[in-house]
Amino acid sequence: MSKFTDFAQRRRESTKMVPVPSVSIMPERDLGKAPALECLHLGIDFGGLKAVDDFNITVGRTEICGLIGPNGAGKTTVFNLLTKVYAPTRGTIMVDGQDTAGLDPARVNRLGVARTFQNIRLFNTLTVEENVAVGLHNQHHCGMATSILRLPHHWKSEKLYHERALELLDIFDMAGLADHEAGSLPYGAQRRLEIVRALATNPKLLLLDEPAAGMNPSETAELMENIVKIRDRFQIAIMLIEHDMNLVMNICEGICVLNFGKIIAKGTPEEIQRNDAVIEAYLGKQKEVEA
Amino acid sequence: MEFLANLINGMSLGSVYAIIALGYTMVYGIAKMLNFAHGDVIMVGAYICFCAVSYLGLPAIAGVALSVVGCTVLGIVVERLAYKPLRNAPSLNVLITAIGVSYFLQNAALLIMGSDPKSFSSVISLPALRLFDGALTISATAVLTILACVAIMVALTMFTGKTKMGKAMRACSEDRDAAQLMGINVNSTISMVFAIGSGLAAIAGVLMCLAYPTIMPTTGSMPGIKAFTAAVLGGIGSIPGAALGGILLGVIEIFARAYISTQLADAVVFGVLIVILLIRPAGLLGKPVHEKV
Amino acid sequence: MGINMLKPQTRSTIITYAIVIVAFVAVTLLDAMGLISHSLSGQLVPICAYVSLAVSLNLVVGVSGELSLGHAGFMSVGAFTGVVVAGCLTRFGIESELVLFVLSAVVGAAAAGIIGFLVGIPVMRLRGDYLAIVTLAFGEIIKNLLNILYVGVDDAGLHFSMRDSGSLGMSQGTILINGPKGAVGIDKISTFALGIVLVLITVAVVLNLMHSRDGRAIMAVRDNRIAAESIGINVTKYRLMAFTVASALAGAAGVLYAMNYSTVVPSQFDFNQSILILVYVVLGGMGNISGSIVSAAFLTVLPEVLRPINQYRMLLYAIVLILVMVVPHLKVYQRAAESLRRRFRKDSPEPAVAAEGGEADE
Repeated sequence: MSKFTDFAQRRRESTKMVPVPSVSIMPERDLGKAPALECLHLGIDFGGLKAVDDFNITVGRTEICGLIGPNGAGKTTVFNLLTKVYAPTRGTIMVDGQDTAGLDPARVNRLGVARTFQNIRLFNTLTVEENVAVGLHNQHHCGMATSILRLPHHWKSEKLYHERALELLDIFDMAGLADHEAGSLPYGAQRRLEIVRALATNPKLLLLDEPAAGMNPSETAELMENIVKIRDRFQIAIMLIEHDMNLVMNICEGICVLNFGKIIAKGTPEEIQRNDAVIEAYLGKQKEVEA
Repeated sequence: MEFLANLINGMSLGSVYAIIALGYTMVYGIAKMLNFAHGDVIMVGAYICFCAVSYLGLPAIAGVALSVVGCTVLGIVVERLAYKPLRNAPSLNVLITAIGVSYFLQNAALLIMGSDPKSFSSVISLPALRLFDGALTISATAVLTILACVAIMVALTMFTGKTKMGKAMRACSEDRDAAQLMGINVNSTISMVFAIGSGLAAIAGVLMCLAYPTIMPTTGSMPGIKAFTAAVLGGIGSIPGAALGGILLGVIEIFARAYISTQLADAVVFGVLIVILLIRPAGLLGKPVHEKV
Repeated sequence: MGINMLKPQTRSTIITYAIVIVAFVAVTLLDAMGLISHSLSGQLVPICAYVSLAVSLNLVVGVSGELSLGHAGFMSVGAFTGVVVAGCLTRFGIESELVLFVLSAVVGAAAAGIIGFLVGIPVMRLRGDYLAIVTLAFGEIIKNLLNILYVGVDDAGLHFSMRDSGSLGMSQGTILINGPKGAVGIDKISTFALGIVLVLITVAVVLNLMHSRDGRAIMAVRDNRIAAESIGINVTKYRLMAFTVASALAGAAGVLYAMNYSTVVPSQFDFNQSILILVYVVLGGMGNISGSIVSAAFLTVLPEVLRPINQYRMLLYAIVLILVMVVPHLKVYQRAAESLRRRFRKDSPEPAVAAEGGEADE
């Protein structure tokens, strides 16, 4: 409780110092509830370079939020900060109302943040089912001694992991691939498996780093459907980095545009499409184009 | 005075470790492999020098030269036959091959030279230096060893920094594929590194046997491990690190032997290694590697 | 139902146990018929010990993916603890060899496991080659400490000293561990049957662990540490778990090994011993338990088979080792293997990736 008030107070103070961009992108249905993610003045320096600076964002509990920007804008760095792969130099990250200061990536995941990676990171020598089962690791416990002695609880647990893993794989129609080695899957399937594995950890916030990279238009269309389906079914927040503007503009309710490590615009897809700063960041200044 | 004598002895032993560690670290830097057979090259070098002087009657300096040449050739041959086919194999397979080469060299030496220790003192013996009216006795061997180490360090630093081949070597260590795309002959560069490392090992072998004058087929194995430890201590892949690690290790070993316990000297050496690695996980002069996410 | 109908995992588990049991039955039968040479029958217990050691090291190197060069250190902790336990129990009137062995093995394993856990806490903070060198360092430190350890037992109980046997302060007790001279006067109570039981237990522990929640976490950390962290796996915990369990199993194997000889000395458990076990693991294939069993048994027997050419046998051993590693990577060999594979399996599709480790996977 005290933590929360503390935070609210800090927020009020910090708002005074630096004006947070006025456009709120949280959908109406999520207002009044603790947001899935709240970042305040988040930043990290690499040497002297401010890779990410003054990053403020609020993501509602069931919001799909896009994080876009030109190459090298710091989008993946933001994900690495949110999951504590990098320790932030400044600022606060609140997940479901809880401060993540001092937590390691594993603990942040247990708080409810799961992610996929731009360069796919699966457990390549394990099977598809085992990959998902590892994701279920903290959802159900079975001790080492129990497993080594093959006590009844072990068999019950294995059955549970098996059933739950297949159930999750079914979202992407991948149950039939359960016994395949993850590393041998085609690219698109590997991306989908990464999402299933992240979902298995029962997150409140799912971070997708370029989920449509390398997919053809029909695969992308299917992915879009599935992202919305996941949000509706699991009632979670999804934040995604994507270069496919069709995907971003169609499924994201809020969009945050990053350039040189700073937020240059926030708003609904319509607002972003009309925003001059965004157009400039992507296409360069109008004058230069004409010249 | 005793302290000073120990310090000099330690630096001398450390210089030998440093010279061997240079070979380890350079090979690791470029081929990303732990060359466990490196220690046995020392033994081969010492035997060649021994044979040249006591059987062929050559002067000591010719013996040293012959042993450097012999080990250089050995290094190149071993690399070509055993390691080159494994360039893209998992690192553990390369490690096991290196262990196989180590067994091979030891057992070949056992067959050729026999298991009885050969006395090296008959080959080269240098007088001791007496300073401060005899209060401090330093063996000329110790001085020679330290000087040799300094000379080698200076030469290597110039070589890697200034020459074209040295730059090629550093480029290959940094990124082998990119170096290849820039027109560097990676295979010959790796061969060169093995040649240099093995040549240095020959020098180290002779120097070591000046201080501890017996040669056996297993002579090289413990100094080899210590030198490997020294290379890691300094930060494996780093040339100044190998020198620093080697000298530090030698000094610690001699001091532990003198002031703590002869039997526990090795335990102290390895203990220091562990402590240093816990404080600096990439060694004293090594750069920590961050995985890109 | 044919064996091919089973899941690959189940099938390889069955094959692994079958190899051990068939080997036991075959050796026992051959021995009964007098077909096993004296020198070979003397090797049966060491073979079991090395198989256990290889399987347990595979848990660290193959399953957990950390290069350990100090396995012999944990073996020695088990061996010397076992000797002390057996010595005490004998002194206090326990005569049953089975009881003696089981208690020694259990306590030896526990001691090695505790040491492994304590060593693992700092070691698991490091990665790759740095981790490897620190395990080597710990192995050497353990050897050094055992070299100055003196333990004796008399009616008053156990006596320890780090100086010499005289300072144990016993008048008429038995010296169990005598510094560099090692453990002397051991009752040779290890048998082939006990060895096989230990192998089976080791295999069961490792396989059951591998195919469970915790084992999957260990393998996930090996395959991709960052991804494992991102799904909430406590990386250090699982690396430490594999290391500790392997150390305990090595300790038990050490007890089996020591109880086969009347004397063991600390210098037997040096770096070269660790390397020898590592060779078995790599040759058998990473994470491949049946591979470890076969290669450990084969390579322990090989020098015995080569005894007629005594002088050259270690040289040959070295050459075999190099060839086994190098030949699969030679272009000539790869081409020949490829054409053979095509001839025998015309209808099966080509595997996408050529066998990377050079050895068969599970």
